[in-house]
Amino acid sequence: MTDVLPSQDDDVTPDGSPEATGASRRTFIGYVMAGTTLAVGVDFSFGASRAEAAVPSVPQIPELFDLEDLQTKSALPTSTLITIEIGEDGIARFAMPRAEVGQGITTAAAMIIADELDLPLERVEVSLAPARPELLFNQLTGGSNTMNSMYYPIRVAAATARGALLEAAAILLGAEVSGLVAKAGVITGAGGKSATYGELSKKAASKTTKKVKVTIKKSSDLTIIGTPQNRIDALAAVTGRKRFTADLDVPDALPTMVCRPPTLNGKPGAVKNQAAVEKMPGVTDVAVIDTGVAVRAATFGQCIDAVRALDVAWKGGPVDGESDDSVLRKLKGAELPMAVPKVPLLAKTIDMRFEFMFRSSAALEPNCAIADVRGKKATVWAGLKSPIVAQKDIADAIGLAQNNVTVNVVTSGGSFGHKLFNDGALEAAKISKAMGKPVKLMWHRCDEPRQGRVHPMCTSRVRATVLANQVLTFEQRHTGVQTDFSHGLGERLTSMVGELPTGLGNLGLAESIFTLTQELPYNFGVVTQLLNEVNLKFNTGSMRNIYSPDVACANELLIDRLAQEMRKDPLEFRMSFLKSKKAKKALAKVAEVGNWGRTMEPGTAQGIAIHSEYKGATAVLVEIDTRPETVNRPIRDGVTGPRVTKAVIAIDVGLVVNPRGLEAQMMGGVADGIALVLTSSNHLKDGGFLEGSWDNYFYTRQWNVPPSFECIVMPSNGKVVGGAGEAGVPATVAATACAYARATGTVPTRFPINHDTLSFEPKPFVPPIPPSPTDGLSYTY
Amino acid sequence: MAKHTFKLNGEPVTVDVEDDVRLLWVLRDVLKVTGPKYGCGINVCKACTSHINGKAFNPCSVQVKDIVESDEITTIEGLPDTVGQDLHPMQEAWLERDVVQCGYCQPGQIMAAVALVKKVKADGRSISDADLDSIRNICRCGTYNRIREAIKEGADRM
Repeated sequence: MTDVLPSQDDDVTPDGSPEATGASRRTFIGYVMAGTTLAVGVDFSFGASRAEAAVPSVPQIPELFDLEDLQTKSALPTSTLITIEIGEDGIARFAMPRAEVGQGITTAAAMIIADELDLPLERVEVSLAPARPELLFNQLTGGSNTMNSMYYPIRVAAATARGALLEAAAILLGAEVSGLVAKAGVITGAGGKSATYGELSKKAASKTTKKVKVTIKKSSDLTIIGTPQNRIDALAAVTGRKRFTADLDVPDALPTMVCRPPTLNGKPGAVKNQAAVEKMPGVTDVAVIDTGVAVRAATFGQCIDAVRALDVAWKGGPVDGESDDSVLRKLKGAELPMAVPKVPLLAKTIDMRFEFMFRSSAALEPNCAIADVRGKKATVWAGLKSPIVAQKDIADAIGLAQNNVTVNVVTSGGSFGHKLFNDGALEAAKISKAMGKPVKLMWHRCDEPRQGRVHPMCTSRVRATVLANQVLTFEQRHTGVQTDFSHGLGERLTSMVGELPTGLGNLGLAESIFTLTQELPYNFGVVTQLLNEVNLKFNTGSMRNIYSPDVACANELLIDRLAQEMRKDPLEFRMSFLKSKKAKKALAKVAEVGNWGRTMEPGTAQGIAIHSEYKGATAVLVEIDTRPETVNRPIRDGVTGPRVTKAVIAIDVGLVVNPRGLEAQMMGGVADGIALVLTSSNHLKDGGFLEGSWDNYFYTRQWNVPPSFECIVMPSNGKVVGGAGEAGVPATVAATACAYARATGTVPTRFPINHDTLSFEPKPFVPPIPPSPTDGLSYTY
Repeated sequence: MAKHTFKLNGEPVTVDVEDDVRLLWVLRDVLKVTGPKYGCGINVCKACTSHINGKAFNPCSVQVKDIVESDEITTIEGLPDTVGQDLHPMQEAWLERDVVQCGYCQPGQIMAAVALVKKVKADGRSISDADLDSIRNICRCGTYNRIREAIKEGADRM
């Protein structure tokens, strides 16, 4: 076996040039699968070994071994079945065991296949694999890990296909493989004779599955990877042809909605008017399930009417009576004490404490799933980032064996962490079973902020001690409502627990994840960062980063304060304490492009911040305008507030697959970060969230968007593809908070800054969803 | 149930459905025209934005009985036909700028953009930052800056 990957650690082989890598370092084992047309497979089991001894000084755990390594390592034993097929139409098809939710992984995968296989990008089709329980922990889309874990396996599979096609062509064309050239899906011999991949598909097929040695291309021979490419699904999206779950036409799967309780996770009691509701126009079925009362009808409009008409005796929920203040009190009570080591008498201690409110992680596509549970079989369609867990949960809930439940993964209309959970799919299966009919379940928008997943409320206490121009200690105590990790990341962790670095094995799941993801990128002497979570019964999840946006916000605000203490410029201070070259370069880049330090009008200011995670570094510079004429711009049913007028973001992810896609992720990350600091949160009152729709939950809108946005993708480097989906958020949150503090002269302590002003009239809780308006024609333009 | 006739994407259609069903559900659930998306159902998110007689509107908030036989409804599926091309110039600008992320809001964004540009042009102006700020369509992926660039580009081509 020569299946050794180049080191994954670009700290060990900094800027390792591809040319320096010999062919043996690029040689792997692939499989040509038994079949009548060419299909190839690849094993993930290579490459995760790291030369830990080469990392200098005393590193924090994420520097040695972060969440990405954990996921990549845990992916190792189970991935033999990732396959690419070459059809007789010359198209390469790959069913990706990951979920496309808008982050662009199908485009990136298609680019990798096209490049390694010498095929035009438009001749590669990437679909989403259904739940494949044999993949165990290796079918989870999360932690920005997809490209990191799949880049080399996809390349090896594509190279295996290319090798098999070349061998078949050699026989067909009567030539040596070495005398053949593969280009744009055609293999040409010395005399100009050629064969297309489509023509070779059958000839390259194998009667038995066989193991072959394949060599992937030298990096210098790659022509598509690293170049900006448009999304492969863009045409379908702009023409309305892209299909999301609610757009699928599954026979007899009629629209279905659920009438939900007035308080969080309340339960249904008696339905007082079931017979009357069943007689309403279009309604076919009414069924009580554990989360509420489901209605199936000819149209969703009639579901809405029926949900509003239902008269249900509701039972209370587990957080009845709780409010923002009561939860904050519980968090304060759970904050772990600081434990500063002895510092010199003259050292100065600086303490800060921040609060982060609940936030809804709902995407624009609400929870949606089609389920057909009849007899001893169930079929489900939904956007799912953790489909194996969904399959098991559904099987358990409806009393079927897991292998009798088919879970199809549908491309999602956004995720932001929301689609790690199977709330909609599980509910749809229960409803279909109760009704004995196929259903197309969609959550009403109002259900999302009120009963859907929220990012946990949390607090972050930070303390630093300084003496002269040194930071002696830095401590952080992060305390939050418990984050739900039941989507399977937990299983991955548990499976890996024996291999975790010393000291992690004894930690609980959340604490392990916190320790694996949080990395303070500065040389600040003795650093401790600890998490404590309080188990309150909220429906939580991670919203586009688990802990990092809040943690980074707290840290960077303290860092601005430390800079002030030492009478240093925020940029200069950061540059002098940052550990990694990557972080320094990214920070210097945004400072240069964003013209850091330029003179600003009173009420406006710049902010700058850095974040390291997912093997990369993200730096952000923003300019904010907090002047009254900006803050008080009138917008109907919206929040204006301070405006970020300029955002410059620099991202270093190591090896870049698609810079255009990466820039898109940064743009989204900036929009999210701005919302988290300035406008978007859920308000908890009497056991229920007040927000009911997008006119209450103030995600960034066009009037909040920075008119000037610039993204710098730092030059591709190393051999590791870092994470992108979440990397843009934390530094944006931090830079925006720092800018706001500098513009107003007041450091905010509660986020978002507008949380204490309720900017809307809450919609009623009974009925649980608002009526459909009828005045749409008076708003035409 | 009652019969309702109107023009959809250039073709006359007749549906048999209750008077008060909102047009969005007539399009999606009855006629299986799924370009217009549901994002809120109360005319807030604008994901269902389509055109009525060339003007932007939100079918989630219009009862089918309020649509008359002469009304021309255009959804994203029918947009290219309004200019007799395979793609509307705004869709081309969208592709050129690679605006799409998840794509869920994009049909509504494009329909809103076309109507906005037409309105601004009818006012004898070119599209301004203030015009772009007035767009209410939500993009939860946050691809707003590319939307702004594409609208300016599409306006030049329209």
